[in-house]
Amino acid sequence: MANETTVAEAAPAKAHGNGHENGHGHHPTGWRRWLFSTNHKDIGTMYIVLSLVAALVGGAMSFLIRLELAEPGIQYNLFWLDNEAAYLQFYNVLVTGHGFIMVFFVVMPAMIGGFGNWFVPLLIGAPDMAFPRMNNISFWLLAASLVLLLIAAFTQGGPGTGWTVYPPLSNAEFHPGAAVDLGILSLHLAGASSVLGAVNFITTIFNMRAPGLVIHRMPLFVWAILVTAFLLLLAIPVLAGALTMLLTDRNFGTAFFDAARGGDPVLWQQLFWFFGHPEVYIIIIPAFGIISQVISTFSKKPIFGYLGMAYAMVFIGFVGFIVWAHHLYTSGLDVDTRAYFVSATLIIAVPTGIKIFSWLATMWGGSIDFRTPMLFACGFIFLFVMGGVTGVALANAGMDIAFHDTYFVVAHFHYVMAIAAVFAMFAGFYYWIGKMSGRQYPRVLARVHFWMFFIGVNVVFFPQHFLGMAGMPRRIPDYPDAYAGWNYVSSVGSYLTTASTLLFFYIIWRTLRSGEKVAANQWGEGATTLEWTVDSPAPFHTHEDLPDMREKQPAE
Amino acid sequence: MASEQTKKHPYHMVEPSPWPAIGTLAAFIMAIGGVWYMKGGTIYLFATGLLILFWVSYRWWRDVVAESRNGVDHTNVVRLGLRMGMVLFIASEVMFFFAFFWAYFHSSMPIFSLVAPESWPPKGVVPLDAWSVPFLNTVILLSSGATVTFAHHALLQGNAKKTARWLLLTVLLGLTFTGFQAYEYVHATFTFTGGIYSSTFYLATGFHGFHVIVGTIFLFVCWRRAKAEHFTPEAHVGFEAAAWYWHFVDVVWLFLFVWVYWWGGSGAVAG
Repeated sequence: MANETTVAEAAPAKAHGNGHENGHGHHPTGWRRWLFSTNHKDIGTMYIVLSLVAALVGGAMSFLIRLELAEPGIQYNLFWLDNEAAYLQFYNVLVTGHGFIMVFFVVMPAMIGGFGNWFVPLLIGAPDMAFPRMNNISFWLLAASLVLLLIAAFTQGGPGTGWTVYPPLSNAEFHPGAAVDLGILSLHLAGASSVLGAVNFITTIFNMRAPGLVIHRMPLFVWAILVTAFLLLLAIPVLAGALTMLLTDRNFGTAFFDAARGGDPVLWQQLFWFFGHPEVYIIIIPAFGIISQVISTFSKKPIFGYLGMAYAMVFIGFVGFIVWAHHLYTSGLDVDTRAYFVSATLIIAVPTGIKIFSWLATMWGGSIDFRTPMLFACGFIFLFVMGGVTGVALANAGMDIAFHDTYFVVAHFHYVMAIAAVFAMFAGFYYWIGKMSGRQYPRVLARVHFWMFFIGVNVVFFPQHFLGMAGMPRRIPDYPDAYAGWNYVSSVGSYLTTASTLLFFYIIWRTLRSGEKVAANQWGEGATTLEWTVDSPAPFHTHEDLPDMREKQPAE
Repeated sequence: MASEQTKKHPYHMVEPSPWPAIGTLAAFIMAIGGVWYMKGGTIYLFATGLLILFWVSYRWWRDVVAESRNGVDHTNVVRLGLRMGMVLFIASEVMFFFAFFWAYFHSSMPIFSLVAPESWPPKGVVPLDAWSVPFLNTVILLSSGATVTFAHHALLQGNAKKTARWLLLTVLLGLTFTGFQAYEYVHATFTFTGGIYSSTFYLATGFHGFHVIVGTIFLFVCWRRAKAEHFTPEAHVGFEAAAWYWHFVDVVWLFLFVWVYWWGGSGAVAG
């Protein structure tokens, strides 16, 4: 990366002023700087690089899925697999791998590990994270986890279980071999990474805010990471427990999910979704935080209803723990249970509505500057509302009996959570790349990227609503001719989306190689938060003189 | 430490360290080695990873102990952060056990599971008598909670000798508990692979036992550190963390005793 030299050169000049050679002013160089890092910016950069690499793999998987689904019939689009059964398993592995990689290795590392690490300390005026060494093991465990998952995909047919890993499909009878075991251990490592990261973020935010930066003045991105960290802390261990049960069921003869011996496959669904529902909020809440920063900056106004925005996230996080069984409406739940979960789920529309309307109210009467981050923020609002509306439909247990496991669900969650989160990642990237690299992205290409991506993903996912309402099931490589038309449209959309992703990688290269240098505050008066008070690129150590926030206005 | 003269904030800027990367390598080797073992291979690769993990843990915490004693790094603010971190870690551990209790209640109560056994304990399972060894173990573990508190009081009075003695007693009580658990496992009539009762019983109590062993090691380290007079009445985060962890293990046991051993063994769900 071209910016490494600029960061490395910029840092020692400032910190070597004390004349000491062996203190923390002496910066590590070479491979030790990265492998042994205790610097929140370097670790954040490594997370972002990991996310970009994983995005290529996960994106390629989704492209292969759309190639297979472009027409009815089995395409054999990978010519070296002449065995149809093996190819169908490979398709399942693609679906599984796409889900895992996008959730655990693209969105979470970029938003929490990447932007979280980079900007939580900068935004709260702290010189680093609370536990810098633990921060490093969080990153490396995730890298090891990704390697394990890729090994799993190429072991004995790979795990073709879907990202939900439901038994009996995932048990030793239907997935013999080591692939699912490697997948389970991969998730264990990713989980350890997340829990340690969560402990680190919560402690940092509670313990290391600059003087005067009380909780109720924290920027909303920091609030978002705080809520997300609590969700990680409390949800991930439940998945760890369930995965351990699956591992012992597969290998050591326990019977947790074996109905023949008193166990219950539905127990897995309960435990998985008790983790899984908070998990989708873990993905979207950091996105809320980024979008709030971006919209406030480019509307040149403080965010509308700051406290309401903060506590809406807290409430969404809380409710996220008590709605899990809306993923299990078809599993034979008692009707009263379903009634409760419908009501609880619909309540989520209230805090999310607060967020949407507060963003709109922030823009209302603002001096709006439609730079690329703002475009992506507006795209985010559109996608999130679209997916939210279908979510209200799916929340109803009666309707969900028809929608369950159809493409309607696929369209819903890609709009509300997956693509919306990716829009927030792009918004964050264009918003903060100047601070991270010291360079401006190419403006025209970035706009082209936005429009290609925005049109592309809508062409991919909007027709999937129609397919789902017509009854097309998820995770199936073939379909009746009646579904051919919209599937073709959807696949064409994926060509555009893939092209826009390649353009994005070109934009990164252009930015780092020849982007023009930017000032400390490249966005002007709308950018009021602390990261814009330090140089661009941010020096190796920042806020070593703690900023005094006691006299300042709230920084939202 | 250069930061001694130049640091203008109360936080600890940690030096680069090889232990996170090597620790990750150990975890990776354990994962590959574990799968190898489970698929019929040898356990040596897994064991190698485990040994590296032990070594890394030792070196990493040795660094932390050294930092805590250099008079610079562990300020009041840093110590507060470390305590927060420990509390949060314990919260995540609570949720780990939450999963196993969930599995237990789901499996033992027909209102949750459509395929649950007709009675609990299921037909043919002879559960352990809650008021025999399990109750003795309850008394032992609760007593160890008291002895670790006596150690804390001694520490607050600045009496290192007394602190160490109470800590040693706590460690011995922990070892006794583990011994009795092993005895119970050997003498239980239901085997590990015997169905859902065994699954929930052995994984819930087994993971608790594992945490007792970890907590015992933690207290053992504190005992050695107390003897070496590492702790002061003002600054003894390591001791506090060990004590909190021990109380957490204690509380999990109380839930296990009441629900798994007592309620679960009483024929509460009759066929």
